[in-house]
Amino acid sequence: MKKTIKFTLNDRPAEVQVDGNESLLWVIRTHLDLTGTKYGCGIGLCGACVVIVDNSPVRSCMVNAGFVENKQVLTVEGLAKNGTLHPVQQAFVDHDALQCGFCTPGMIMNAYGLLLENPEPTREEIINGMEENLCRCGAHNRIIDAIQDAGKVMKGEL
Amino acid sequence: MKDHSEIVNEVTLPPADINRRDFLKRLGAGVTIAVALSDFKSLGATMVQQRSLPTDWNAFVRVAEDGTVFCYTGKIEMGQGVITSLAQMLAEELDVELNSVQMVMGDTVLCPYDAGTWGSLTTRFFGPPLRAAAAEARSILIEMASERLEIPVRQLKVEDGIVYDARDRNKKVSYAELTQGKQIVRSLTEKPPLKKPSEFKVIGTSVLRSDSRQKVTGEAKYAGDIRLPGMMYAAILRPPVHGAKMLSADTAPAEAIEGVELVRDGDFIAVLHSFPETAMTAVKLIKAEWDIPEARFDDKTIFDHLVKAGTDRRITQEQGDKERGREAAKEIIETEFQDCYVAHAPIETHTATAVMEGDTMVIWGSTQTPFGSQGQVARALNMDLEKVHVKEVFIGGGFGGKATTPQIIEAARIAKLSGKPVQLIWSRDEEFFYDTFHSAAVIKVTSGYDDNGKITMYDSDIYFAGGRAAEIFYDIPHHRVSVLSGRDAHAFATGPWRAPGAHTNVFARECQIDIMAHKAGIDPYEFRLRNTSNHRVIRPIKAAAEKFGWTGAALPVGRGKGMAVGYDSGTYVAMMGEVEVDEKTGRVRVLRVVTAQDMGLVINPQGAIIQVEGCINMGIGYTFSEEMLFNGGNILVKNFDTYEITKFSMTPPKLETVLLDLPDEPSQGGGEPAIITVGAVVANAIFDACGVRMLRLPMTPQRVLEAIQKG
Repeated sequence: MKKTIKFTLNDRPAEVQVDGNESLLWVIRTHLDLTGTKYGCGIGLCGACVVIVDNSPVRSCMVNAGFVENKQVLTVEGLAKNGTLHPVQQAFVDHDALQCGFCTPGMIMNAYGLLLENPEPTREEIINGMEENLCRCGAHNRIIDAIQDAGKVMKGEL
Repeated sequence: MKDHSEIVNEVTLPPADINRRDFLKRLGAGVTIAVALSDFKSLGATMVQQRSLPTDWNAFVRVAEDGTVFCYTGKIEMGQGVITSLAQMLAEELDVELNSVQMVMGDTVLCPYDAGTWGSLTTRFFGPPLRAAAAEARSILIEMASERLEIPVRQLKVEDGIVYDARDRNKKVSYAELTQGKQIVRSLTEKPPLKKPSEFKVIGTSVLRSDSRQKVTGEAKYAGDIRLPGMMYAAILRPPVHGAKMLSADTAPAEAIEGVELVRDGDFIAVLHSFPETAMTAVKLIKAEWDIPEARFDDKTIFDHLVKAGTDRRITQEQGDKERGREAAKEIIETEFQDCYVAHAPIETHTATAVMEGDTMVIWGSTQTPFGSQGQVARALNMDLEKVHVKEVFIGGGFGGKATTPQIIEAARIAKLSGKPVQLIWSRDEEFFYDTFHSAAVIKVTSGYDDNGKITMYDSDIYFAGGRAAEIFYDIPHHRVSVLSGRDAHAFATGPWRAPGAHTNVFARECQIDIMAHKAGIDPYEFRLRNTSNHRVIRPIKAAAEKFGWTGAALPVGRGKGMAVGYDSGTYVAMMGEVEVDEKTGRVRVLRVVTAQDMGLVINPQGAIIQVEGCINMGIGYTFSEEMLFNGGNILVKNFDTYEITKFSMTPPKLETVLLDLPDEPSQGGGEPAIITVGAVVANAIFDACGVRMLRLPMTPQRVLEAIQKG
């Protein structure tokens, strides 16, 4: 018996028909065809699948689609507005804070969630907040710098 | 004045064949620069196996009607940034704006053959012919402009793709206008010279990555992001350990799940479903029995095993007489170094999407070698090479691991058997299981030095690390390097891992140098300079020392500094680092790393610096935590919880890079050199901090603590 899950996805109403056991990650990637959210490990260890649910970062491989019923979901595709990159995205571009780009959507969404909670994180707080997001190319230092700058831009300081 | 549309028939190329006509049709209108392969001997092995395209020439560059400049290359972008630096080279020689260059990478129909993207070869070996092709294109376009404007070539100049009269800028024509409505193929008999470094506007200037916008918005398409109508997701039945043979398999429980489709070809069993997780769940329901081979060794006994298995000795470097070197020595030091199996662990697992379109297998796959994958699929499925088309996608990290692409053959096989579009995404478990690991290795070194702090002899037996970066570049009168290998050494696959074997070799050599320096009572920096006269070694050492502020003075308690020098992919790298050792926990933090590289002409300095940073951060992993745990063919690591790659807290807070300014020297490799020195720098710094010698990688907190407690 399929059930209908209704929620808001990137500021638009969305609904999916699911059995109930499907992870949010694969529902986003297949039912909704938004492929920016990545599979990296499947058990919440790498952070490539992070999306924002009601303003908090969530590992979409670790929750069922039903978790987002009546909630606000933001994926990397919904971050830029009218073609203008969000300050976090822009900072990643400006700092060359990516290489292969596969961890990037999860990094950006996790950083976005971090900055919502703590608009002015210290370097140490960024490291703690990003610790479980894995990057194999080694862009870590630039990601930290990008997040710090993005926080300042979001506060209107830069 | 000539009619340009006829030029295609005038080109001084060997007789046209059907392949070429087809190929040109695919490229579309515009000026295509045909480059005869014989012009580019430097390409050597990377181009000799030209297959699916005409054998005599390659299209590198096409100026389209709208002014877009297409650059075709069989190289792929996996993060290393050549999508940007190759465009810079093209823009420089063609005199067009950088953002008008569109890279077309790794498409086996559109791009010239390339053996693969590895070995830090792209800039070194693909760069020169690309620049030459662009310079040739520029000359041809100026020639055409001269005909159009009726102004002699020598009176014309080019800026941002517009050819103009040097005496009257109003008399001008753009590249785009020259190409309109025609397909023109030209080739020059006389090759124009490349620009001199003093003329560079784009080469040597730092630019941001050109693919970032696609990557920060989620638009960038990787192999698993392809969506085809009716596409099925595949999961394959896997053996529990390497070498296991299937005895039986009951697929009924999997087939009982609604929507599951089974594909079976002998022992090859795949489950298909329209939802990926259902396929993954269903395949686990298959009841299979296996004949499992007995484990002969594990991650603890591997080193003894390798020394026994390494029976074939190949001497890669030899000079003088070891015994004379021994006699001349004040002290002889014998050391055994060990390194473990290490995984590539890209964040994107091996992935492929495949579909039969008519009689052609079309594939989007994460591969470092699109043409290699194409050939493998053709052989495996008994298809003509021309009927296998590997298309362009971004690669989510490779590091050598995607030079091997069984997932592409698997996806194509399933697509052919099922007749449906198929996507296969290896799980993280499969990624660790089927990785082609960096080999575990043992290196036994015997060396000696004399009263003057001169190394008199150096003899190195390298078991299973190969000979890369093992070269002795110090002035040692008597030396020998032997690479030992043998059959049946590994219980699973090994393969190239970012500078294959090099970090093991440099770890051994540069730690041994450090050991000798301390025994001789000479600063390791002084000791190295005393033992080398090679200016390409000395230059980066001095540059690194200056940036680092290397002095003989001791650091505060618990801190230490170390250095190492390496040579890989044509580049000399000198690295210095500072660490802090917590003697209670054995935990080591790298506080700072300074790197100096002697790498010739640098195309995109920031891109090169980022590669150095990536090498250091990735190198921190093999240095401290990465170790493949196994028992025979049983891979015990299933995910990132038992295989720790570098995390944010492990990255050195300060990374400083000096690229020596050598624009007149040929470009050398940049994607690998800096990873080879990290382990040695840290080990030597740990010794400086607390007096213990770490001879085994990784230097886990537990191992460091045990060493400290032993004293």
